[in-house]
Amino acid sequence: MSSLSSAARRLAALAFLALLRIASTAMAHKPSDSYLALNITTASRQQYVIDGRWDIALRDLDFAMGLDTDGDGKLTWDEIRSRHAEVAAYAMPRLGLAQGCRLHVTGQEIDRHTDGAYTVLMLQGGCNGTTFAIDYKLFADLDAQHRGMASVALDGITQSAVLGADHARFAVDSGEGRSWRQAYGYLRHGIWHIWTGYDHILFLLSLLLPAVLAQGWRPASADILRVVTAFTLAHSITLSLAALQVVSLPSRLVESAIAASVAIAALNNLWPLVQGRRWLAAFGFGLLHGFGFAGVLGDLGLPRRATALALAAFNIGVELGQLAIVAAFVPLAYAVRGTWAYRQLIVKGGSAAIAVLATVWLVERATV
Amino acid sequence: MMPFACTILAAAAAMALPQRGQAAPFVPQSGAEVLETLPRRDNAADAALRRERARLAAAPRDPALAAEAARRYIELGRASSDPRYFGYAQAVLAPWWSAATPPVPVLLMRATLLQSSHRFVEAIRDLDAVTRAEPGNAQAWLTLATVQVVRGEFGAAVRSCGRLSSLAGQLASTTCLANARAASGQLAASERLLALAFERSAPARAAQDASQAGLKLWALTLLGELAARRGDAALAEERFRQALALAPGDNYLLGAYADLLLDQGRQAEVQVLLRDHLHVDGLLLRHTIAAQVAPAKAIAIAELQARFDAANRRGDAIHQREQARFELQLRRNARLALKLALANWQIQKEPADLRILLEAALAANDPAAARPALAWRRQHGLEDGIIASLARKLGGGVI
Repeated sequence: MSSLSSAARRLAALAFLALLRIASTAMAHKPSDSYLALNITTASRQQYVIDGRWDIALRDLDFAMGLDTDGDGKLTWDEIRSRHAEVAAYAMPRLGLAQGCRLHVTGQEIDRHTDGAYTVLMLQGGCNGTTFAIDYKLFADLDAQHRGMASVALDGITQSAVLGADHARFAVDSGEGRSWRQAYGYLRHGIWHIWTGYDHILFLLSLLLPAVLAQGWRPASADILRVVTAFTLAHSITLSLAALQVVSLPSRLVESAIAASVAIAALNNLWPLVQGRRWLAAFGFGLLHGFGFAGVLGDLGLPRRATALALAAFNIGVELGQLAIVAAFVPLAYAVRGTWAYRQLIVKGGSAAIAVLATVWLVERATV
Repeated sequence: MMPFACTILAAAAAMALPQRGQAAPFVPQSGAEVLETLPRRDNAADAALRRERARLAAAPRDPALAAEAARRYIELGRASSDPRYFGYAQAVLAPWWSAATPPVPVLLMRATLLQSSHRFVEAIRDLDAVTRAEPGNAQAWLTLATVQVVRGEFGAAVRSCGRLSSLAGQLASTTCLANARAASGQLAASERLLALAFERSAPARAAQDASQAGLKLWALTLLGELAARRGDAALAEERFRQALALAPGDNYLLGAYADLLLDQGRQAEVQVLLRDHLHVDGLLLRHTIAAQVAPAKAIAIAELQARFDAANRRGDAIHQREQARFELQLRRNARLALKLALANWQIQKEPADLRILLEAALAANDPAAARPALAWRRQHGLEDGIIASLARKLGGGVI
């Protein structure tokens, strides 16, 4: 990114003066970056499999190795593809892959970033052993402000780094540190999942809406505690069973049943069937929701190693996210529970809306 | 007619922006397809640079050769607002980049690069070292003075300009002084003195050397800015137009002139003025602020966002003033704008930095956040009509 610093402009005055009109294009001017995105998966205890891409600006490659064969200031696809082998031979050693790892270029395409066209090196390879590291040296001798934007996902957990002359090394370790970082990643996924999984939130809300209506704070909080604990316990059980592949249910069935559970919980607020024992409903349906969480964990690519830790972290994340929702909702609801608006509009109206929405989900999930 | 013309211009501008966002890389349809246009390479400066690079390749540890190559790269970077050249310059200086006491020519270039990445404190440290080693180095005193002004160290800047006056011509030292004094309570007098020095200076001729032409451009631009701050928009415009005749593609000047037009609500003229300069982020920003047509404006906002994201991903923070303006005027996110403007104010203290801070504080309804900056303004006696009215609105308007 270029900046219009007036100091910079004013300094141009005395000694530095070259008011050249550079051919104007709409491409942004920014410092040089490359973009490296790798996806590493654990194939076995002793092997990583890697695929990914590395985007390098054509302009930078031209500065380094002269791609503009006819010297007309324009780089055509012919000029570039005739040099693909040389580009790969120039770039790959400068990625500085650690011993035991190999990446080869399976093809090159083009992509556009804010400052112009980039060649995209399609990469495939792997590592023997479970240490992945790079020692980034691209353009280090030519452009000291060049940076490599690395984004490396190891078994679904992404680590990012800005690599350059003063920070060239990037390593993915497989030891303790990595496990904890990975656990932290799953913890965040857990929180995020409950916050963005509207079906879980609405189910919980459907159970909590009438809970604050109990006489007094003590019975109300006891009821809420029972509901939340039952829901937590239940989905923890099924999440663990499913993630450890003890039990497995087809996801369409699980997702449809979750939608149905939301609809039933909401309808129960309008036409009460289960009243005093909402925690039982929370437990029963919580079992279902646990299978839903497990499906997410599967989509994230649960690593084979560190499964228990990742599983626990994800579960704790779900609980934390859920507690945050309860902590935000309950005091508010308790404060206004005596009002007509709460009893009629929010409890009845809200439940009706949730029931309608959940029914739509149910139809969608069951028929797709 | 005017709205229609604006529509056409805005649509053209939107089309001139690169269309990005292809989720996947692609294979071009034809081998003749032009994928990238390179910076011009057939001009004299570039040829000289290539010769220098060849000589430098034979002797990469020669400080004089390296400093000269770095100077040329910096020149190219300045002229084109293209920061890649600063990276090339820094690479040329690599043998001394972390050294405690590099040779003086290298030190001066290192300071110049440090200030262009807004590392002002380190730049001042290097420039102090240069002026200690070579008290007769005019470039070092001038660079030091301008960095000191940006930092708000006006007393030190006036002293640096004083050292310059015995080493450089009258126009150079007067411009240096006006730049330092105008920010600290002597706007009108500085402007009068500079106008006088400008009239007396030799008229610009083609035969004149480049640095004299550059000096005139700087003086004229500053004269325009001072008139604008004093509230004389007509005179400011006259001076900016005069300066544009000298240097039609000067990005700093284009930005200053566009700001004057924006303050007068002359959006359509801003669009025309800047439409060939959208590769410069600060100018695309102003062009977008002036845009009237919703779809084109939305495309340009997305483009600016992508550019800011790319810079932030690098960890660069040299564009916080522009980004604050983007958030305030285009995204209407006053809180974020204020946060950026405050962070920017810690680094640089030019009138534009104060203005965006006050505007953001006002929009975010947070006058307390602006209090230290307003106190600073009172302490130094910074004069600027728009800033004064913002300060009044924020309740600190003692002029």
